[in-house]
Amino acid sequence: MFNFFKRKKQDEAITYSEDFALMKQGIYRDSSLGELTEGENKNNIVVNVVSRREIKKEYTIGGVLDQEQRNNWKAWFYLAPILILMAVFLIYPLINTIFISFTENYQYATGTFDGLTFDNFLIILGLKPYTDALIYETNLVNYALPNTFIIVFITVPVSIVLALLISVLLNNLRRFQKIYQTIFFLPYVTNTIAVGMVFSVLFDDTGLINYLFQTDITWVYGADRWTAMVPLCLYIVWGSLPFKILILLSGLQNVDKQYYDAAKIDAAPHWKVLLRITVPALWPQILYLMVTSFIGAFKEYTAVVGLFNGPSTTGKGGIPEMYTMVFYIYENLQEHTSFAAACAVLLFLIILLFTFLQLFLSKRKNA
Amino acid sequence: MEMKKYIDFTQTNLDGQEIALVIKEGKQTVETLRKREKVSKTFSLILTYIIVTFLALIMILPFYWMLITSLKTNDEINAMTQTFFPTVVMWSNYVYVFQVFDFTNYMINTIVVAIFSTIGTLITTVLAAFAFARLQFKGRESLFLIFLMTMMIPGEMMVISNYITVASFGWIGTDQTRLEAYLTMIVPFWVSVYYIYLLRQNFKQIPNELYLAAKVDGKSDFSYLLKVMIPLAAPTLISITILKFMGTWNSYVWPELVTSSVEFKLISNGLRGSSFSDPDSGIVEYGYQMAATVVVTVPLFLLFVLFRKYIMRGVGRAGIKG
Repeated sequence: MFNFFKRKKQDEAITYSEDFALMKQGIYRDSSLGELTEGENKNNIVVNVVSRREIKKEYTIGGVLDQEQRNNWKAWFYLAPILILMAVFLIYPLINTIFISFTENYQYATGTFDGLTFDNFLIILGLKPYTDALIYETNLVNYALPNTFIIVFITVPVSIVLALLISVLLNNLRRFQKIYQTIFFLPYVTNTIAVGMVFSVLFDDTGLINYLFQTDITWVYGADRWTAMVPLCLYIVWGSLPFKILILLSGLQNVDKQYYDAAKIDAAPHWKVLLRITVPALWPQILYLMVTSFIGAFKEYTAVVGLFNGPSTTGKGGIPEMYTMVFYIYENLQEHTSFAAACAVLLFLIILLFTFLQLFLSKRKNA
Repeated sequence: MEMKKYIDFTQTNLDGQEIALVIKEGKQTVETLRKREKVSKTFSLILTYIIVTFLALIMILPFYWMLITSLKTNDEINAMTQTFFPTVVMWSNYVYVFQVFDFTNYMINTIVVAIFSTIGTLITTVLAAFAFARLQFKGRESLFLIFLMTMMIPGEMMVISNYITVASFGWIGTDQTRLEAYLTMIVPFWVSVYYIYLLRQNFKQIPNELYLAAKVDGKSDFSYLLKVMIPLAAPTLISITILKFMGTWNSYVWPELVTSSVEFKLISNGLRGSSFSDPDSGIVEYGYQMAATVVVTVPLFLLFVLFRKYIMRGVGRAGIKG
């Protein structure tokens, strides 16, 4: 995927340096006769004096197509719409958000601010006290950061392991495989808000979960923060399984059957086959899923809205104990634009760090 | 090799000249052993089916529960003993929801936004993917690398400034018109690097010879794109269209932020924003709420049933190996 910088191979071009010396003398090789035999058989040599002018450069003939198309300026016409849109809605916002994160008290409506500062980062990290008339928390340390990290480090491993087991099981099936595959894909084609509401009904005080397990736990509305994490994480795992199963299953179907046959001859136990053959064979897919789902989990937001209808277990208002980093950004976007921008930059840095860490670790594992 | 396992050599009778091999437990011939192996294999297969079915049931439990709750009376929903099928089927929940929940309005908004953001995305994506896949120009590979790198930037980085940008266009505010509301929900989403990447891969698979043949025939690049590449890449374009539609159906945050009036909001906002509480007691009526979620979920399911192949292919082609 990343060999874009590969230059056009120079050796593809044909250089006629051998004939060059002869050309200078005005002797051209008759290509149809092969070897040049000067003197012996005059008919073999075409002595065509085309020009007396000295040839200054060796001729290099590249691929005709590339020669014609090199630096086709028309390409920029095709790229213009996307480049303009990207400049306005992607590149400028990126730079602007970083800038805002260093401004004090940025007003989004007027674009004014009270000077440059580094305090935003200190305030959101709770290193500098900040009192505000508004009820919402302005630092991330109490709720947003711990919640985000809990979500990431619980849902990502759990969902990857579960998806791996399910896809291995599905891969063994011969009949109805397509039907099961479709069923396991269903959560992907749903509205996150809608199913979040369904989960809050399932986990209601008099809901199915409490009834099935004969418990009397308040899971969602008015729940304790840590208890509320259970339905939230379950919901996120449930919602993220389909994509992972799809990727892993299509990966499994491309694994060479020979490895499994060899394992069968050695009578290797199932778990050993899974760890020694399946996981290494699927490593590119697993790594890809790890990177994407780490990023996704760091940006969790809609699941919280669907389940709790707000940043608190009591819905809108109240202590925002279900804050995630992205939730914080959206809640503070209008009132504390500078803080929201600082949080976005922080999120970006964390995601960048984790992505590079994972890519680095995978390289070392492969080496 | 396999036979050794099953023949008990301690039973071998060496008296006299004749050597007789007695298979342990009389009946175990090779056939019965094979049969037994087959039985154990079938057993493990059945076990696999049971586990997979159990997991599949858990996966669809929320959908089932949504459906039956939407048909229950509120007393039954709040009862201590939960039922797996409504005792009284309350179709009236749906009637009530269509009266209270302005479904058609949200639906129209969502469809309008989906159609125009899809058209815009398709145009920008096809043109950019064509340039990257087919045309040679200076800095092509490095520009594409920059495109790919932008995929790593979380969208939240952009949301803040984009909000400011559309505000400066005058598209946000209490005097927001319907057109302005639609524009804010459409234009920023015409950029999709992932789809450019997906389509470029598809375009690259189209053989060079077709392009050269078109050139010999004196076709321009643009008519080649229109007449040859787009038809050949139709499955990918359909995938993009459907995924984009699904994305709009699911989008919640941005419409919530930028719309000033309820009548411009999209379906997810409508669903979460409406209160389904009883006008008298103020308690949330789950029956009504679930009926609304069914109404929101069903169109997506229909789309999935009709275009399963395209959706799964579009999602599954998520860029492993370039």
